[in-house]
Amino acid sequence: MSKAEILIIDDEPQIRKLLEINLESNGYKVLQAATAKEGVIMAANHPPELILLDIGLPDKSGHEVLKELRTWFNKAIIILSVQSSETDIVIALDNGATDYLTKPFRTGELLARIRSCIRRNNTNEKNSLLTCGNLQIDLIARTAKRNNEHLKLTATEYNLLSLFAKNEGRVLTHQYLLREIWGVGYQTETQYLRVFIGTLRKKIEDNPNQPKHIVTESGVGYRFN
Amino acid sequence: MLFAVLCFFSVDFIGYRAVALILLLVVSVNAILFDIFPVLLSAFLSAIIWNFFFIPPILTFHIGTPEDGLMFLMYFVIASINAVLTYKIREVERKERDEEEKLKTIKLYNTLLNSLSHELRTPVSTIIGAVDTLKESKDKLSPTNQTELLSQIDIASIRLNRQVENLLNMSRLESGMLKLNLDWCDLNELIFSVMQKLSPTNGKHKIVFNANENLPLFKLDRGVIEQVFHNIIYNAIQYTPDNSKIVICASHQSDNCVVSISDSGNGFPETEMQNVFDKFYRLPKSKTGGSGLGLSIARGFIEAHNGKIKLENNKEGGANFTITIPAETSFINNLKNV
Repeated sequence: MSKAEILIIDDEPQIRKLLEINLESNGYKVLQAATAKEGVIMAANHPPELILLDIGLPDKSGHEVLKELRTWFNKAIIILSVQSSETDIVIALDNGATDYLTKPFRTGELLARIRSCIRRNNTNEKNSLLTCGNLQIDLIARTAKRNNEHLKLTATEYNLLSLFAKNEGRVLTHQYLLREIWGVGYQTETQYLRVFIGTLRKKIEDNPNQPKHIVTESGVGYRFN
Repeated sequence: MLFAVLCFFSVDFIGYRAVALILLLVVSVNAILFDIFPVLLSAFLSAIIWNFFFIPPILTFHIGTPEDGLMFLMYFVIASINAVLTYKIREVERKERDEEEKLKTIKLYNTLLNSLSHELRTPVSTIIGAVDTLKESKDKLSPTNQTELLSQIDIASIRLNRQVENLLNMSRLESGMLKLNLDWCDLNELIFSVMQKLSPTNGKHKIVFNANENLPLFKLDRGVIEQVFHNIIYNAIQYTPDNSKIVICASHQSDNCVVSISDSGNGFPETEMQNVFDKFYRLPKSKTGGSGLGLSIARGFIEAHNGKIKLENNKEGGANFTITIPAETSFINNLKNV
């Protein structure tokens, strides 16, 4: 398989250099753009496997670039933002960002996110049997197992778990989860979500107080691993 | 006015000219108590009142003798001078106070800069020093030392990042830009996740939290409240001896969410307790590192939720922080089959 191409759109040369060295030494081919305009043109001329997009660009807001790219680009876009900007992150995810990283981030975290995004680009979601660590979810039989033991889940718990499993490694916003599980009109009813996350964790986690599968992303949503 | 009425009835005993002195006294007292305009007004009114009610012929503005005319004029002028002089004295005092305030701010600013430059420069120096050593004497360094330098850079940059976060949070608070993003929070889960995030920095402390299963959901800004608990627990880890125990309790008391964080350290000296939440304040002789911002940010974030934080020393030793935040609650989590 040829090297996966990653386009970096960030105005900071230092960050670009760091990402370039890092990604190239991990077997990716790196393309770089310092402005929104340049980035969009590069992506259009030669669509990459994944785009790393900085939210704070000089010529245009990253949110605008994201919306523009999403009209035709359907592969992964990871947003880079600064800390304490949950609102920015939620907006970006709702506008179709695949994932996000807050600066400063750890290299290990970056590579894990990239791997997970690229893997999702290439799976055709036809698999009806999903495995996540010690969990197994059978989408056709609508059943789930933990350590090969059958889990007793309510319909809502199962729906939540299977939605998570289909989006393994990806952060899902509160709004998205509420809309998908409870339907339009429930987007602000986060208390339901809290309750079901709590009961689901008790059933699937080894230690519900230190969850490994359903991890809270403060102010944003949940990530399933 | 009241004095004028009193004088009106006693004018027979003291004479109308003495009344003028009494009224003048009242105007002087007013000058001490009130601002320039009410005082000038009272000087003017009292002159009129004196003329109308006391100078014969009374109940007219007519003045009988040239002597009384002079008295009336003098009265008015003295009352006005009185008012203006008092006002001027007060102006001078105000200026002095402002100056003092300014000096205090400058002093605070200097302490701020000192503690801050130390807190920011130490990690920066470490990073620059370690990078130079790695660049220039790479061949002379043993692999162990190279790894050691890299981990020093790592520690320094985490420390630098923490201080930057602190400063950003402080400026969010001070600029009034902090907008709470209230949402339903599972407080047990929130506290466990703070503990999980702190576990890498915590080597030798025992942090105990028994989840309270009867808690409702609270409407809070999760990110902000996480920071509050993080700062207080982090503080306890930093400033209590190794192997100290930190106990967290969460409860629900009449629409308040109440969390106490108690440690088995040495507690705070009684005399310092009121300063602990002040910006940039650090206990005298406390160990190096730390900006004196953590607890002050914690208090600011709690107050942004209209809550309170109280610090006490435990009878059996150690400090106890109690946080009380009024919050909307939902008991939906205690219903079966929602």
